[in-house]
Amino acid sequence: MIKIANVSKVFENGKTKLEAVKDISLKINKGEIFGIIGLSGAGKSTLIRCLNRLEEPTEGKIFINDLELTSLNKEDLRLARKNIGMIFQHFNLLDQKTVYENIAFPLRLEKLGKKQIDARVNQLLEYVDLKDKKNNYPSQLSGGQKQRVAIARAIANNPKILLSDEGTSALDPKTTKSILELLKKIRDEFNITIVMITHQMEVVKEICDRVAIMENGQIVEINTVENLFKNPKTKVAHSFINSLQGNVEEEIINPKNYKGKIIRLSFMGDSAKKPIVSKVIRNFNIDVNILSGNINKLHASSIGNLTLELIGEDDEINNALLFLKNESVHVEVI
Amino acid sequence: MAEMIIPSILETIYMVSVSTIFSILLGFPLGVLLVITEKGSIWEKPLFNKILGGIINVLRSIPFIILMIIVFPISKLIVGKTIGTTATIVPLSIAAAPFVARVMEGSLKETPKGVIESSLAMGATVPQIVFKVLIPESLPSIVSGITLTIINLIGYSAMAGAIGGGGLGNLAIRFGLYSRKTDIMIASIIVIIILVQGIQFLGNRISKIVNKK
Ligand SMILES: Nc1ncnc2c1ncn2[C@@H]1O[C@H](COP(=O)(O)OP(=O)(O)O)[C@@H](O)[C@H]1O
Ligand SMILES: [Mg+2]
Repeated sequence: MIKIANVSKVFENGKTKLEAVKDISLKINKGEIFGIIGLSGAGKSTLIRCLNRLEEPTEGKIFINDLELTSLNKEDLRLARKNIGMIFQHFNLLDQKTVYENIAFPLRLEKLGKKQIDARVNQLLEYVDLKDKKNNYPSQLSGGQKQRVAIARAIANNPKILLSDEGTSALDPKTTKSILELLKKIRDEFNITIVMITHQMEVVKEICDRVAIMENGQIVEINTVENLFKNPKTKVAHSFINSLQGNVEEEIINPKNYKGKIIRLSFMGDSAKKPIVSKVIRNFNIDVNILSGNINKLHASSIGNLTLELIGEDDEINNALLFLKNESVHVEVI
Repeated sequence: MAEMIIPSILETIYMVSVSTIFSILLGFPLGVLLVITEKGSIWEKPLFNKILGGIINVLRSIPFIILMIIVFPISKLIVGKTIGTTATIVPLSIAAAPFVARVMEGSLKETPKGVIESSLAMGATVPQIVFKVLIPESLPSIVSGITLTIINLIGYSAMAGAIGGGGLGNLAIRFGLYSRKTDIMIASIIVIIILVQGIQFLGNRISKIVNKK
């Protein structure tokens, strides 16, 4: 479990002060994959770097399980960091060392025996599927392979937490998927808590359980990923969902341009399979005009969105809305 | 002619190699200190960093000939005399040490910040970062820096020859300038050029071989 309590971070550069993180409080559960999404400059990196104190919070407390990280002295912090793995956008591997030596690095810091190191590194190489690259140097690897090395290195000491600061942002979509799958496998097998910083909604959609949306140093929305897709509350959340490939810009639908009532339906899992729209048309004396629709596959379920124009008597429309609500469909009147 | 040039070559090689070793022993740790005590680095000591940087700059701005005379007493203390090949090693080492410190500082700083951060995130200590990250990661650049130092020292050693040091510089000045034997002077200069070129070539090769990036 990670607890962030009223954390702020102010950068002072001479006379200018910049509050990159503003009074954020947050709880992340054990074994959860927690996403933090936001546009560039929102303060995501600053926040995640506060979690292992690569950045010192100006105010507030950080708890890892029951240990208050923010109260530790330098030496205790150094030891505590061994329980917190981290991966980065640009991998940060040792360029002059082989894949094997890169993965062995955190083990050598522990001064483990040669045999013990060798066994663990080989196990990790197998785990991240890089056995044949053992003696290669980072410059000879693809981006995805480099991130696999970085992941193996980050989990070598069996940390309880893994932090990823834009860990897939330098990768193409296909490689991103494979890295996300690896991270999910790590969470499932070792019950590691993973915090994912990203500016890509694809990442959130693919593996996150919950997500926080950051804007201007603050968390403006925090939700399960399912609920976020079903019913995004903020404008930023809307635009992140719309940023997904194939999702129609919903903002272009202006109710003033339609004479009927505009509603937005969100349904997930099984309700997506029911013929709801045709039932509405059959049971109520209204006309239905489909304006836009999409389905998002999340890691645990699917969320469908449908924007409709309902034309008819007010009574009929209200009855139809009541019917929809009973069908466990989320209805929002725009 | 060969019987005059060969001993001089050996003297130059002796002076340059020994003073290279001493200047690195002195300058390299200073270069490391300059890097790690800088503001925002892994062993932040801003005041110490400023003072050390200042001292190094002062030493670097003293012309070599003058420095050599200033350190005569130290030479006398260490090797018992102020002229001759061995005595010249003292000022050569002292003159090159601040240069080495700055060159090594530049090399070590080439390690990307992110790599140091990831080591910190893994719980590495300051000495572990210095010896397992900074130095190995900048090794190719360190080799280039050492090459540059040796070439500089060849130049300095020739200058030292003018005021009582041995070696090729002394030979060139003694015969070329004072006795007007231009053939020996030209031969000495050619040997110096060959030495410099050879070391540059070798340095580049080694730097390339150790670089895995
Ligand atoms: N070391 C720093 N010094 C000064 N300002 C910084 C520093 N790091 C980040 N910032 C500023 O803090 C804000 C948030 O940055 P960051 O956390 O990197 O955002 P994100 O990761 O969401 O793109 C930005 O305005 C950035 O310029
Ligand atoms: Mg960032």
